[in-house]
Amino acid sequence: MEIPYTINARPDTGLYNAKLGIWLFLASEVMLFGGLFSAYILLRVSQPPGGWPHGWLDVRLGTVNTLLLALSAITTLLAWAACKVREFGKFKFFHACTILLALTFLGIKSYEYHDKWIHYEIQLTNGKIADGHLLEKSADFDLAKKTGTVTLHGREVENHSELMDLRSPEAQSAKLDEMTIAAADIKKMENYGPRHNTFTAIYFTLTGLHALHIFGGTLVIFYLWGPGSKLYKTDPERFTNRIEVSGLFWHFVDLVWIFLFPVLYLT
Amino acid sequence: METTVQQFPPFRESPAPHGHDSHDDHGHGEHHEPNFWSKYIFSTDHKVIGIQYGFMALCFMLFGFFLMLLMRWQIAHPAMPVPFFGPILERILGQPAAGGAISPELYNSFGAMHGTIMVFLGVVPLAFAAFGNYVVPLMIGAPDMCFPRINMASFHAFFLGGVVMLVSFFIPGGAAQAGWTSYSPLATTIPTNGQAFWLVGMVLLITSSLLGAVNFIATIIQLRAPGMTWMRLPWFVWAQFVTAFILLLAFPPLEAAGVLQLMDNVAGTSFFLPTGLAVGGQLADRSGGGSPLLWQHLFWFLGHPEVYVLILPAMGIVIEVIANNTRKPIWGYKSLVYSVLGVGFLSFIVWAHHMYLTGMGQKIATFFQATTMMISVPSVIILTCMFLSLWGGAIRINTPMLFALGFLPMFGIGGLTGLPLGLAACDLYLHDTYYIIAHFHYVVAPGTIFALFAGVYFWFPKMTGRKMNEFWGRVHFWCSFAFMNIVFMPMFVQGIKGMLRRMSDGGINYSAARVPNAIDALPGTAMQMNGVILWAAICLGIAQIPFIINLFWSISHGEKVGTNPWRATTLDWQTPTPPPHGNFAHEPHVTHGPYEYSVPGAAEDFTPQNAPVEKNATPAPAAH
Amino acid sequence: MSELKTAKPHDAPLTGESEPHAHAVNLNSYIRLCAVVFVVVLCTTAAMIATSFAHIGAGNDWTLKVALILSIAVVNAFLVAGYLMHLLSEKKLVYTVLIFTVFFFIGLVGLTMWAMHDFPPGTASH
Repeated sequence: MEIPYTINARPDTGLYNAKLGIWLFLASEVMLFGGLFSAYILLRVSQPPGGWPHGWLDVRLGTVNTLLLALSAITTLLAWAACKVREFGKFKFFHACTILLALTFLGIKSYEYHDKWIHYEIQLTNGKIADGHLLEKSADFDLAKKTGTVTLHGREVENHSELMDLRSPEAQSAKLDEMTIAAADIKKMENYGPRHNTFTAIYFTLTGLHALHIFGGTLVIFYLWGPGSKLYKTDPERFTNRIEVSGLFWHFVDLVWIFLFPVLYLT
Repeated sequence: METTVQQFPPFRESPAPHGHDSHDDHGHGEHHEPNFWSKYIFSTDHKVIGIQYGFMALCFMLFGFFLMLLMRWQIAHPAMPVPFFGPILERILGQPAAGGAISPELYNSFGAMHGTIMVFLGVVPLAFAAFGNYVVPLMIGAPDMCFPRINMASFHAFFLGGVVMLVSFFIPGGAAQAGWTSYSPLATTIPTNGQAFWLVGMVLLITSSLLGAVNFIATIIQLRAPGMTWMRLPWFVWAQFVTAFILLLAFPPLEAAGVLQLMDNVAGTSFFLPTGLAVGGQLADRSGGGSPLLWQHLFWFLGHPEVYVLILPAMGIVIEVIANNTRKPIWGYKSLVYSVLGVGFLSFIVWAHHMYLTGMGQKIATFFQATTMMISVPSVIILTCMFLSLWGGAIRINTPMLFALGFLPMFGIGGLTGLPLGLAACDLYLHDTYYIIAHFHYVVAPGTIFALFAGVYFWFPKMTGRKMNEFWGRVHFWCSFAFMNIVFMPMFVQGIKGMLRRMSDGGINYSAARVPNAIDALPGTAMQMNGVILWAAICLGIAQIPFIINLFWSISHGEKVGTNPWRATTLDWQTPTPPPHGNFAHEPHVTHGPYEYSVPGAAEDFTPQNAPVEKNATPAPAAH
Repeated sequence: MSELKTAKPHDAPLTGESEPHAHAVNLNSYIRLCAVVFVVVLCTTAAMIATSFAHIGAGNDWTLKVALILSIAVVNAFLVAGYLMHLLSEKKLVYTVLIFTVFFFIGLVGLTMWAMHDFPPGTASH
């Protein structure tokens, strides 16, 4: 006996197996990202006023990424539609676009991560804080031995709370300069990585897990676009179903970003 | 009437078995015998995968049992070297087992791993993955699970998760020590990588369960044979269906929380670490701003539904065995279906009854108390239907039936002792005492595990064509039943008298002997019970030896039987033994309900679900 | 690979497979639908960004802003899910699973928030 309903729908449910399977999987993914979002909500709500940063992420890059993913969701749908009407050439075109858009998204994301990685908050021994992007470390820079210097492109502030709201008029009008700081004047030096505060922690975790899903989805779509596309010749309906199912996953990943973008970048 | 048993080895790629007629020119050239690896290790056949899960789960359960014995020794004889095993432990683990005695850190890691291994590597894989994988496709008339390759992937994820958990014992610092619940901030500040290993292992196990859940739900919905309507499904399938939904939706928040705690452990974040955390007297170099309560909420959001994952498949097995050995339909099939759906739904909104002591306000505590009390209703309905099914039955006593019958009072005790725990006011006193340990072990150990034993004895003839030895089966049952009760019943008393959980010295530092003037010191009777429990646990372990020998011996020397030795109605018994790849030569057509035993006017005292409809037989009474 | 390049768009479908027309999938109407959806997404994204930078709500209180922005995000999500994932024309079974999922998610967030903000009087807050 062969497994039934792999291509044709079962009459009483109206679904073929893989379609039901992917929706069930997506339901579990809703709970997964939901768990992370719930962590975000609870962590943010339990912060004292002024404890949650604003404006730490570049809205322009986030917007570009949003539009890239939205466009890729559309090319994904059109790739499936092309398969459905048996226009293989168009399918190839649309999914090539999907893959390129996805890779561009990941590229921009990497740039954003890198930007955070080289953004330092340096607590100085005189009580002030230097905050900016690392330009260079001197060859003999050693924090433990207190030798050498670091050069930042940033600003110096009196206390930590001035760094929290980069949307505020004061932060917007602040001038950024090149500053060289001696290791001997540094009390503590930390970049805007996950451990910096709860916002960066949840930012990296949420977007990191999301990026892993983008990466995985891209791999699957690439496989179906490339080596896997030979199934189209022997069993086009089954191939179309695979495109549909992988497309649903891709749309879900876009859906997550639709919430990630406003939550992390705009609020 | 009984067909001869055919030995069909499960081929990997071959379609339904085809005839050996002379026109079959290209017959055996294409379907060469797959090698050992694709037949037993990388099989996509649900029956092989079910047995893989079952075998591994039983091994893990034995290991978890052994961890418990070491803990009980330490409780009864604190700081004394473990007889016989002490030097071995010292050689393997080094400092934590110095002098052959179990140090507090080692005790804590045994405690954490005993719980983790028993729940996630023992009971869930056996109850859900092993029995579910083997039996569900057969019971619904399907050729295999919906997604066989995903099925194989989920087994291997489980296997890897188990390896990671076991390996964690041998890393510097040892295995996880923060309980199976891994509460922050302890789980992040303990100086061992064992916690990180635990989290990675959990992510692998959760992935395995999620893939399995998708498979089960899709299979039950899509692959039911023609005529197998929802209300004709054996209740075992309903139970597995609800269990799969619970796993699908409740596990991911724990996976999310696990990722967050892993970030805390490895990347220095403070998701669950509060501001101002001090470790070892020093302010921790952490950003703070996190919430330890958040971990608890996310953990118990899974943790509570998880206990229904532990019990529902077991209840399914008990229903099947009872129906079969009373030779009458189950009482209240519809009630059972609605109850299991109710349990599944409610299980998602009761979790904070594990957190009554976290400083919750009265309103929220009352909410969770209310839903917890509500969920006891469908659970009791299920147990009641099981009891009522015995009434008027032609009860047949055999080993599976003994274990199924033994389940009933044991689950009754476990469930009833849960009621004071669901009520917030009582729980304030009983929380984190041995009363809790007794309560949940009663439900899982003489509860679920007895049902799983029933399942092993019951389906063994379908897997192997032989029955397990009946005499030793009964010895296994009676000894296990007796010793389980001697192990766990005293713990209720100890708990009420104030003995707390997770005390590596067994409570001796709080005993009346050590602090005679304390009002609430643990009395000598409570302390003496530790010794009794140790002996009962050892005897319980010895009682499993006949089972292990019986299991392996019967594979080749057990009494040979036909394809339906129990004369059962469900489709799993209407296949050859063992079922070939593809299970059914032709798609079964279901014409009867699941428990048509003793139908008036029928020729036999059971009517298989796919039996052709006879014109003159009186139909079975409608399910109520 | 040359067969793929020269495959004509109007070739008859392979034997045994359903007719493309039977599924009433018109590629051009899909492209039109996608164009509309994309334009709406552009607008909603712009609306969210505008709301984020606008002066709404008292001073530093972001609550109203967050509520507005998330409402627009929900509209966005509805479009993607409804049209691009065909959820609006999906089978009841899929709907049912998703409705339960959303219910449990709301339970998770809602009950946890309630639990963390309901204290016995006089006990600590943050």
